[in-house]
Amino acid sequence: MTTATLIRRRPGLAGIRTDRSWLFRICLGFVALLVLLAIVAPWIAPHDPNAVDLGSALAGPSGAHPAGVDASGRDTLSRLLVGARTSLLGPLGVVVFSTVAGVAVGLAAGWRGGWLDSLLSRGTELVFAFPGMLLAILIVSVYGPGLTAPVLALGVAYLPYVSRLTRSLVLAERERPYVEAYRVQGHSGLQISLRHVLPNIAPVVLAQSTINFGYALIDLAGLSFLGLGVPPLTPDWGRMVFDGESAIQSGYPLSAILPCLAIVMTVVAFNVVGERWADQVARRDR
Amino acid sequence: MSTTTEPHASTGPDAALDIRGLRLNLPGTARPVLDGVDLTVAPRETVALVGESGSGKSLTSRSVLRLLPPGAVAEGRVLVEGRDVLAMNPGELRRLRTHTAAMIFQDPRAATNPLRRIGDFLTESLRLNAQVPAEEATERAVRMLDAVGLGDHVLRRYPGQLSGGMLQRVMIAAALMGDPTLILADEPTTALDVTTQAEVVGLLDDLRGQFGTGLLFVTHDLGLAAAISDRVYVMYAGRIAETGPAEELFQRPRHPYTRALLDSTPRLTAPRGRLAAIGGQPPSLRQELTGCPFAPRCRLATDVCTERAPALIPVADGNPQPHLAACHHSDQLTEVTADA
Amino acid sequence: MRFARFAARRLAEMAATLLAASFVIFGAMYLAPGDPASFLLSGRSATPDAIKAINEQYHLNDPFAVQYLRWLGQVLQGDFGRSIEYRTSVSNLLAARLPTTLLLVAMALVLVMAAGLALGWIGAVRGGATDSTILVTTTVAVGTPSFVAAVLLQGLFAVKLHWFPSGGTGTGLLDTLWHLTLPAVALALYLIGMLARVTRSAMLEALGHEHVTVARSRGVPERSVILRHVFRNSLGTVLTMGGLIVSTLLICTVLVESAFSVDGIGQLLDLSTTTKDFPVVQAVSLIIVGLFMTVNLAVDLLHPLVDPRVTLGERRSAA
Repeated sequence: MTTATLIRRRPGLAGIRTDRSWLFRICLGFVALLVLLAIVAPWIAPHDPNAVDLGSALAGPSGAHPAGVDASGRDTLSRLLVGARTSLLGPLGVVVFSTVAGVAVGLAAGWRGGWLDSLLSRGTELVFAFPGMLLAILIVSVYGPGLTAPVLALGVAYLPYVSRLTRSLVLAERERPYVEAYRVQGHSGLQISLRHVLPNIAPVVLAQSTINFGYALIDLAGLSFLGLGVPPLTPDWGRMVFDGESAIQSGYPLSAILPCLAIVMTVVAFNVVGERWADQVARRDR
Repeated sequence: MSTTTEPHASTGPDAALDIRGLRLNLPGTARPVLDGVDLTVAPRETVALVGESGSGKSLTSRSVLRLLPPGAVAEGRVLVEGRDVLAMNPGELRRLRTHTAAMIFQDPRAATNPLRRIGDFLTESLRLNAQVPAEEATERAVRMLDAVGLGDHVLRRYPGQLSGGMLQRVMIAAALMGDPTLILADEPTTALDVTTQAEVVGLLDDLRGQFGTGLLFVTHDLGLAAAISDRVYVMYAGRIAETGPAEELFQRPRHPYTRALLDSTPRLTAPRGRLAAIGGQPPSLRQELTGCPFAPRCRLATDVCTERAPALIPVADGNPQPHLAACHHSDQLTEVTADA
Repeated sequence: MRFARFAARRLAEMAATLLAASFVIFGAMYLAPGDPASFLLSGRSATPDAIKAINEQYHLNDPFAVQYLRWLGQVLQGDFGRSIEYRTSVSNLLAARLPTTLLLVAMALVLVMAAGLALGWIGAVRGGATDSTILVTTTVAVGTPSFVAAVLLQGLFAVKLHWFPSGGTGTGLLDTLWHLTLPAVALALYLIGMLARVTRSAMLEALGHEHVTVARSRGVPERSVILRHVFRNSLGTVLTMGGLIVSTLLICTVLVESAFSVDGIGQLLDLSTTTKDFPVVQAVSLIIVGLFMTVNLAVDLLHPLVDPRVTLGERRSAA
């Protein structure tokens, strides 16, 4: 089995290839811009994202409010900018957790085998039956709304995808001659796996994690949309879509459309970048 | 092995296949892949088309069914029963492919859809194109399977459940389904093991006689060509290098390439010795050709060979069938037996 | 018989995974801070009577294993306990809402299959500008979460154009279908994009096989060649996506039903999570996991029918 088939791709998205490198560049640029904006958001946001100005509620774009005002009289642009932080930090938490823990579990299972390996495959089976979103909802129903519990739940739900990938990569890597050479020289298994195996498998795992970022963003934004994610006042894109629903009903769709666009564009950008990396890794493999 | 069919004068409107000046250009190449090919197959005649891979022999046979690679531009005429295949409309082309000419492919495993039953494969072109009722088509399929020595239980099988030899028999049965006047066999034995090869070739020859079809047998195997065919065409770099009656061509080759091919073919009857490999490579499609395409590999080559392309001209007379060769020095070649 | 043995083994595996899932679903309430009684009652008046009642209903004084087995036994008999919020049996709640959700999922599934397969087919066969347009559109579709689609569709087709109702479930079959159209489209959009891409690449792969040329060489009309040899051969890949498609549809009903106020089990899961009505959360979770696993089992059993090369028990990798 090649690496390309192991990565849990957006199925069929592999069509975005070299001939569309302009798309990749645009998406990579968009991701970079987004991260930059999220970092500097508190300083460049024109208003306090929670400042309520009921007098201008649902107002259209103007000099003071370039992207209009939502139903509660809050500045949409400021909420979008500051909301980018929550909307990106959540998926980042999921991806970091699932990558670090998944690589650790996968390395151990691949290197040691035995009971750890069979436990991993059982766990993978279970998690595949449990959509990440469902696990997150289950946890929220126990702990109550908030970002930490769903991020951890999704981190757990995404972990097997990373660990399964890592395990198979480690199994392949273990057979390479250089590992035996290091072993003969008296290096310990832990040393070899951390210093030599890990760097070799990192690009594949990172491609997988980038694709996971898009999934996590969709799941977390969905939870916030349900009111189960971030606390009510925190600016967040999913939450903004929920708030914007009532504005849409009253015929002022702008405050809902903009966060919708932000979510779609971000997910698409991460997908395209991740898939492109996965393709490159697959090609290098061949 | 060839049956006692009376060789006809193999041109004119009564030929099963008559290719005239076929030239085929592919995008991104410097010279035509087929460069003025003339080839005929009379009714009930077996003709072998011999050449190395890349010589254009498969393309020639495929062009008879207008199975051209994307972007290919064809000139000349490909007449099947007197009608030009290259000028047919889609309906005529389908009728040709269903009823007039059929092809047997090299790898029967790749040529059959693994997800469809043999019965479906055999009958589909009749049912879908000629609107033959299913029962009638199945009846014919049973008869054809019987002709190739397979029982009707094969109808319910999937290709994956048959051996390569059985599957190639199925392919032959499929070719006969539409009662064609011409069968094109494109290296039909290359993918099979040796014992099966002989069976399949024998079967093909029998059925050709039984059903009265013309057969164009494409192969790289000279021994096989000699065994099965009435006449032979030897192809090199998209051109016909030599053609003539099978026996005469192998006894007295008049083109150095045919000669080199014969010398590089292992034979039990020949005295032991080193096989003479042909030095060098066939010309690439990326470079233009001036003169004889075989000149760089030819031990008889002189200045004229690199300057002027030799025409395909008669080299022997007194035969009912012409023996032609495209070589400036064909008179310098001696008989095989005297030399070996 | 080989098939029976294979089916039995897969059923046993499914039962084992379901058991593990039920354990997770039941055990989750012990992760809550504080004791289970106050968790189950959270937000509601915790009078001593109420605590006593909840202790009795859940047998919270028994050891954990006993509680779990008792709960499992009841679930197997179709008894999911009593809803704390609605003060009625969970099974009644589900019976009233499950048909709506199943209808919605079925409508979305039909849309996904029809549009996804058609777009994939057109993209693979036509190529050129049509293909590029489909690729770009599906790239966007695959990046559009169902709730975003729900809100945008609602804004355009319900609020602005008044073509469809902006929410609710309706009464009578026709009215219900009319009410569920927009939710079904919202639910389907992401999967249409995904399936179109999978179909497209599977068909492009199938187009390259020699038996396709052979079929053409035998005079089979082009449309039949595509249908019988190209499309047919990519169905196996589509089938392996079945489990993923259904589980995505089911879990996304939570978002879409909430957005359109459709009273199905998705909305019920959302409401009961907000109100911490844990017996209901448990029941809906179990149903979603169970349905997903059933579909996966069906896919595994059907696969040899679609592709005779597949020996029972091993899946061909989706190319």
